[in-house]
Amino acid sequence: MNPAALTLHDAGEKLRKHELSSQELTLAAFQRISETDDKIHAYITLCRDAALEQAKQADERLKRDGSTLPLLGIPIAVKDNFLTRGLRTTCASKILGDFIPPYDATVIKRIRDAGAVITGKTNLDEFAMGSSAENSALFPTRNPWDGERVPGGSSGGSAAAVASDQCIAALGTDTGGSIRQPSAFCGVVGLKPTYGRVSRYGIIAFASSMDQVGPLTKDVRDCALMLEAIAGHDPADSTSADRSVPRYSEALTGDVKGLRLGVPKEYFVTGIALEVEQAVREAIRLLEKNGAAVEEISLPHTEYAVAVYYIVATAEASSNLARYDGMRFGHRAGGKDLLETYMLSREEGFGAEVKRRIMLGTYALSAGYYDAYYLKAQRVRALIKQDFDAAFQRCDAIITPTAPTTAFKIGEKIEDPLQMYLSDIYTISINLAGVPALSLPCGFDANGLPIGMQVIGKHFDESTILRLAYAYEQATEWHRGKPRMED
Amino acid sequence: MENGKKIVETGAVGSRSSILDRLSSILDLRKLMNYEPVIGLEVHAQLLTESKIFCGCSTRFGAEPNQNTCPVCTGFPGVLPVLNKKVVEFAIKAGLATHCEIARSSRLARKNYFYPDLPKGYQISQYELPICANGYIDITVNGAIKRVRLTRIHMEEDAGKNIHDLLGDWSLVDLNRAGVPLLEIVSEPDLRSAEEAGSYLRTLRAILQYLEICDGNMEEGSFRCDANISVRPQGSAALGTKIEIKNLNSFKAVEKALGYEIGRQTETLTDGGTLIQETRLWDENREETRAMRSKESAHDYRYFPDPDLLPLVIDDAWIEGIRASLPELPGARKLRFISEYGLPAYDAELLTSRKDIADYFEASVTTHRNPKAISNWIVGDLFRVVKERKLDERLTITNWPVRAEQIAELVQLIDAGKISGKIAKTVFDAMLDSERGPREIVAEKGLEQLSDTGSIETIIEQILAAHAKQVADFQAGNEKIFGYLVGQIMKATQGKANPQKVNEILRQKLTAGR
Repeated sequence: MNPAALTLHDAGEKLRKHELSSQELTLAAFQRISETDDKIHAYITLCRDAALEQAKQADERLKRDGSTLPLLGIPIAVKDNFLTRGLRTTCASKILGDFIPPYDATVIKRIRDAGAVITGKTNLDEFAMGSSAENSALFPTRNPWDGERVPGGSSGGSAAAVASDQCIAALGTDTGGSIRQPSAFCGVVGLKPTYGRVSRYGIIAFASSMDQVGPLTKDVRDCALMLEAIAGHDPADSTSADRSVPRYSEALTGDVKGLRLGVPKEYFVTGIALEVEQAVREAIRLLEKNGAAVEEISLPHTEYAVAVYYIVATAEASSNLARYDGMRFGHRAGGKDLLETYMLSREEGFGAEVKRRIMLGTYALSAGYYDAYYLKAQRVRALIKQDFDAAFQRCDAIITPTAPTTAFKIGEKIEDPLQMYLSDIYTISINLAGVPALSLPCGFDANGLPIGMQVIGKHFDESTILRLAYAYEQATEWHRGKPRMED
Repeated sequence: MENGKKIVETGAVGSRSSILDRLSSILDLRKLMNYEPVIGLEVHAQLLTESKIFCGCSTRFGAEPNQNTCPVCTGFPGVLPVLNKKVVEFAIKAGLATHCEIARSSRLARKNYFYPDLPKGYQISQYELPICANGYIDITVNGAIKRVRLTRIHMEEDAGKNIHDLLGDWSLVDLNRAGVPLLEIVSEPDLRSAEEAGSYLRTLRAILQYLEICDGNMEEGSFRCDANISVRPQGSAALGTKIEIKNLNSFKAVEKALGYEIGRQTETLTDGGTLIQETRLWDENREETRAMRSKESAHDYRYFPDPDLLPLVIDDAWIEGIRASLPELPGARKLRFISEYGLPAYDAELLTSRKDIADYFEASVTTHRNPKAISNWIVGDLFRVVKERKLDERLTITNWPVRAEQIAELVQLIDAGKISGKIAKTVFDAMLDSERGPREIVAEKGLEQLSDTGSIETIIEQILAAHAKQVADFQAGNEKIFGYLVGQIMKATQGKANPQKVNEILRQKLTAGR
């Protein structure tokens, strides 16, 4: 077996036992990349030389002090909206050109300090705006399970890289489902932590009040280990929480006895694929059989979530993306005056979806429309938050499908933005409420495509959802499935 | 004035209205009407923090272009703002000193617009929930106290600077100033004349300087002012059409521009014209305001709460701690100068207009307690010299030519009868360009007053002996001769003789001989 197919915890154990070196592991990952990436197109930028140098240093460190750092020597892929010092960062947009960041994102610094090996920067929907990775200005990424299908988005490159063993684990960002939905589509585990759990400093902002960094991994234990490494207060991010970071891996007891699970009725209505519903319901039955208490609950404002999200997120984005003006970095068009330079730079630099969202958001914030759109959306957002607060009075975690369908075909929804937006219908509310949620594999459809189940937790209670997900994973084999890519 | 009139819309003149117009011009009713100006001021005060409002970069003025910058204040992708606590503290200080309510919870908001000196494409400011609101300051106008209400004080970041015409077709951007903290202080439209506006600005500046949160330098742009002004018929409660004036770079510019606008608006209305709401720029050279292109002033800033910054929560303990640390403010200090030192209100006002001057005065009085005499030297001779030599451009007395103790020493010499008031002026002039103090100068130049009775008598006798005719005239009843003789004695002593003693002894001698 190619060592790149190992989980993070297995690979880490082999490294620490000196049964495997980080250089071997890293070479194995690059071997997989060269075998598969001309089909998958998961990566925008590869950094083989730097990775091998980091692997060499990790090996020395492993030899020298017998370090127990879980990420030491582990090849990790990073979504291309994290700033990486000296390493081109595109956000899959032409407007950034060949932007070389002058600094590392806090999370990048953390994983570097922990000894991780960065394999490269993965593809995404431009500025993380999209649900299929088709909105990348460079190229679409393909689903390792079926090359005709999307890997989901926006962290499609990271999900595809993990699923096809091009890395051991990956980092993504999730503003409305961008970690969880691609994790579901690619059959991996993806966690969006509580808003404020992980620093946003150095992440190219899309919607500041919802953006959150999280891991995409091969199993739940890896997810817990990655979260331990990246979570924690960052003085450079005023919205990051000053709370201690639990040892998430210690919450993985394998046991769900006594956990109270809520199943929101609003998440099993029209639009959901039958096989998805059956798989998630089957998973819930299994958890109940293993000792969890299951109860139907209601999140009554769910139907407004997509509308609220596309007002709040686009409003914030319209402002966040104003800095791409061709003045200090990235693409600048040669206009005859300042106004034309602005207009041409942005016209040429941004793709259609990004422009659509900037216009939506600008409109929502405009004089005379602010109250009707942005303010009203914020009020409804508060109600959505209350739905979760009320639900978590009665249960410890909420179970839903991650997405209404399995991976759809490339080109299927790209011409219909609203259809595309609806593929995030189960994940969006979670970002509006700021609570943590993860997606993990819970079955396959008739086409052999993975199905994802979403586990939602209380604010800062990642431990419980990891515990629940781990217990389910231990009782099933879904996460062991690997896409067949040799043909 | 011509320029102002050009934009006046006169409107169509129909037959009926032209009759009315003629009637009214015969009666000239409009010209009988008195207009009063209604003025509100918006001040931007640059705060004297070491670092910028949202990053650790230095706020030092005069660095090489773009030296005081980092990814945060140049708006690089991925950066986030972290609010400088000192800025909040300074804002609270300003709020408490101006009797504002301090918001226990306030918010930073984004003001969105594109300009190359604004790296993020938005300015972080405050909008709906400012940190301070509903305050006031008392100003003195023609000896009377007037209360001017403050609408709000809020925190925001400054923009950088665009530099044009230095490199042909290129414009250059210097972002050293981007992110320097500002307070925006907005008054209610309570001011009724250019003089009141000037007094308000001076008082406000004094308060900020006393708090040591702003250096108040208008010329360098650390204390900037925009004015909103309208005029309305005297006695009317409704507000007229508001004009905003920008580019006011000095107190003089504020007063001149307001004076100009009051004239222009009153004249326009008196002539039957109408005013349009607009922003006008003060042209320093032509001494007039001109309308900005409407494109320059039409903005929808799309304000919304900045999601990168949590609501700013301020607890009572913090506020009370700051309140306890507030220094004595100019108003209180003025009253104390009147009661403690017996100074006239005029002197007290001048001396307390700046903290460093008031400190200078008090240091001087501590050395020698003759407050009125010391005040006279400061507000008279010293202010004159400072003005003549343009020593005050940096608004600091550190480069003033005379130290506080030296003024005290000078007054001490007069009070002790060592020198006369007249000689003191000579000593003062000598002090200006010398390291030496008054005592040394007096000794060195032999300027000490001749008070010894014996010596004076000897000189007087010599003079009387040489002026027998004048002595006879005096004794014949020509009183004017007395002054002449005093002059001769002073001349003989190079002005050093104690004039009182000279008077005494001379009269004694002249009457004795009668």
